[in-house]
Amino acid sequence: MKEYIPRFVGTVTKYVFVESPDMTPADLAIRAYEISQGVMIKETCFGLQITGRPEEVDAIITRLRTFDPSHIFVKDRGFPPGDPRRCRANLGGARPGYYGHEFEISLIRHISRGIEELSQRGADAPVHPPVYSGPAGLDARRLQEIIESQES
Amino acid sequence: MAKVFIYPTTSLILSDLVARFGHQPLSAALQIREKIQTPGLESPPLQITPEDPKKGLKYAAVEVPSGVRGRMSLYGPMIEEAQAAVIIHDADFSFGCMGCARTNELIQFLLRKREIPILDLRYPRTDEEGIEFVAAIRKFLQEIPGDGS
Repeated sequence: MKEYIPRFVGTVTKYVFVESPDMTPADLAIRAYEISQGVMIKETCFGLQITGRPEEVDAIITRLRTFDPSHIFVKDRGFPPGDPRRCRANLGGARPGYYGHEFEISLIRHISRGIEELSQRGADAPVHPPVYSGPAGLDARRLQEIIESQES
Repeated sequence: MAKVFIYPTTSLILSDLVARFGHQPLSAALQIREKIQTPGLESPPLQITPEDPKKGLKYAAVEVPSGVRGRMSLYGPMIEEAQAAVIIHDADFSFGCMGCARTNELIQFLLRKREIPILDLRYPRTDEEGIEFVAAIRKFLQEIPGDGS
């Protein structure tokens, strides 16, 4: 084992995803560069990664969200952009964590719709969220059929 | 602003919605960031060292695999400081480091044992479900102490 000297200590990195009919990641990147003031911004196929001091990053994200509030989504990232332990340029294949993003981005249009509808809905209105009913079990009759088909 | 544990802890949707409604999402990235920004001995890729499974002993017995204990050294402290939790149950196993079924069961058990407010959901598959999903999260977050929205 050798000594580990971390880079970008004291910074935060945040993903900014854009899934919008009116704005592309390139549009978002240009707007982010305009207000970046030295914060590191990396443009990606899905949006941006922003790295800098927490207050600077939060200020930029607050501003970016105003451009398309219901279609811009933000989450924290542990690693800075281009880190050789995570960057697919070094590892090959998809970046670890990509599959989770890919899955959620496929559903994000429903979330955007939900955010758009919020303003028309009272805060105390009853809600009926989708509830998980557990994994689909094997029906007892079907199991019986399988057993009988194997025995005959 | 309340600290809200999100499950899956790598979820973009939950992370965004919790922050959007004025609370602090407790996600895996916060713990990973702390690990990789702390000097020490090099232990790629996540800077998990042999010390971490020992820290996980607080949450899981010694005969439990070290992978579970190592993961619990990340998630355990977040569960302890969480004031509420939002859980999505039908997440795919390919959610990065959430891909350990036994750890996932233990996380949910520990959350329920703490008796904090918990919102149970599944992913929305239609626009109608999406509308209810977002409204339910907003309502839940408004009702917990430390409301920020």
